Amino acid sequence: MSSGASPVAQATFREALLRPDAAVPEGLGDGHGGPAGRRFAVYRNNVAVGLTDAVLEGFPTLRALLGEEALRAIAAPFLRAHPPSSPLMFRYGAALPAFLDDFAPLAHLEYLPDVARLDLALRAAYHAADATPLDPARLSELPPEALAGARLTLAPALRLLRSPWPLYQIWQLAHHDGPPPQARAEDLLIARPAFDPQVYLLPPGGAVFLQALARGAPTAEAADAASAETPAPDLPAILGLLLQGGALTDMELPR
Amino acid sequence: MLDQTRSPLPPLPGVGFKPQHYLDLLDDSAPVAWLEIHAENYMGAGGRPIAMLRHLAERFPISVHGVGLSIGGDGPLDPAHLARLRALCDWLHPASFSEHLAWSTHESAFFNDLLPLPYTAATLTRVSNHIDQVQEVLGRPMLLENPSSYLAFKESEMAETEFLAEVSRRTGCGLLLDVNNVFVSAVNLGLDPRAYVEAFPLEKVGEIHLGGHDEDADDAGRPLLIDSHGRQVADPVWSLLDHVLARSGPRPLLIEWDTDVPDWPVLAAEASRAASALERIPA
Repeated sequence: MSSGASPVAQATFREALLRPDAAVPEGLGDGHGGPAGRRFAVYRNNVAVGLTDAVLEGFPTLRALLGEEALRAIAAPFLRAHPPSSPLMFRYGAALPAFLDDFAPLAHLEYLPDVARLDLALRAAYHAADATPLDPARLSELPPEALAGARLTLAPALRLLRSPWPLYQIWQLAHHDGPPPQARAEDLLIARPAFDPQVYLLPPGGAVFLQALARGAPTAEAADAASAETPAPDLPAILGLLLQGGALTDMELPR
Repeated sequence: MLDQTRSPLPPLPGVGFKPQHYLDLLDDSAPVAWLEIHAENYMGAGGRPIAMLRHLAERFPISVHGVGLSIGGDGPLDPAHLARLRALCDWLHPASFSEHLAWSTHESAFFNDLLPLPYTAATLTRVSNHIDQVQEVLGRPMLLENPSSYLAFKESEMAETEFLAEVSRRTGCGLLLDVNNVFVSAVNLGLDPRAYVEAFPLEKVGEIHLGGHDEDADDAGRPLLIDSHGRQVADPVWSLLDHVLARSGPRPLLIEWDTDVPDWPVLAAEASRAASALERIPA
């Protein structure tokens, strides 16, 4: 202990923490009269390992597709460019899709940012607020004209992903094996019937239908929006998926 | 004074809760009498983590252990994070809340690690002000944990024990004594761990932590212990615990195992070892 020794500002510590080639701040010692040397690397390593593990755990589909080593190679520059902005580590990685958009070594895998978006959506659904699903009988008992005017409430865990890539097939291949994906755009519904988020492939028109519901449109108006995008959308199948996923929580009938 | 700062956790073994042990704990939790959670893992809006915790809280006293408040940070505490801690404590009614003598956030970048502080008058003022703020927001006294150290700040003006005693005196907060951290820091910085314990204000200790460490070496070939929480508690740490308990009397004892988490029986065996340490405290 010696007063008057060079103080180490946290800004200085932080700079040295994230840059492996940076000099260790002079005001840090080894407790035996020498410089801190590689003792400082313990903190560097803790930070790098902690944030890398968060990426590996938080993006299981990316990990399954690319392998652990490749995802580590992405995580290393990512965590330096985008350290967490919050101590809630289960939210870490929101910037990864945009980072992958500009990540030259894997630029040929153009679908990767959407895979990262899928992993983020699954994580968000896992931690979303609980809600009691709508009893399917309440929908099936409605006369058609009442259903047309009903406004359906979407569950807090619901997420919608529209991809120009065969994202559902890619997800299947990553986690369950499957045939090589056929090139096409796919819309995904992520919903949480109980505690485990599920991934559903939406039929054509389903995404537009859901976007309209989310705006508060009655079902007839949402169906019109779906029909404008695709001829004869399979509305019973779309509603069936929403009920199966516990993605509807309530409905408001016209007075 | 003593009763205000000591936590209402039972002076028995507890473990850091890991979701993979949920069913084991509901089946047969012996000898574990209470659980500790990392606050930040339970700040989502709902889903399985919150449901599990809600259920466990009906069976066990819960200690909320924050790892992200950055009490030693040179900027202000994050009001949004304080509000989240308040919300968690409001519904969970934990038996205890604790945090670390460390910093982890700088200008909104969070490093997910407990970074070290120089023991100076300026740090003392800043940490004490932050603890005042935490205790005011939460409406309860907190426990502050001693860190594990890998290096020393040349600018430090006082010993860690002196620093912690003064923070506790100024703020009324209790202390969380991590005995593994004492051992790790003492070996790394060439200090006497028993002298540290003897200088520590043990009457303020509301909880004790025990965890495993890894062994490495520094540039000079001297031992460098890493606080990894990834294995059993080392034998010299159990001996040091006896030295603590003989002076402090029974305290809540927590086993921390955060990486390479073992199956329940391995963790339960560590908790049994903690129970034995409590039983052999000299009368």
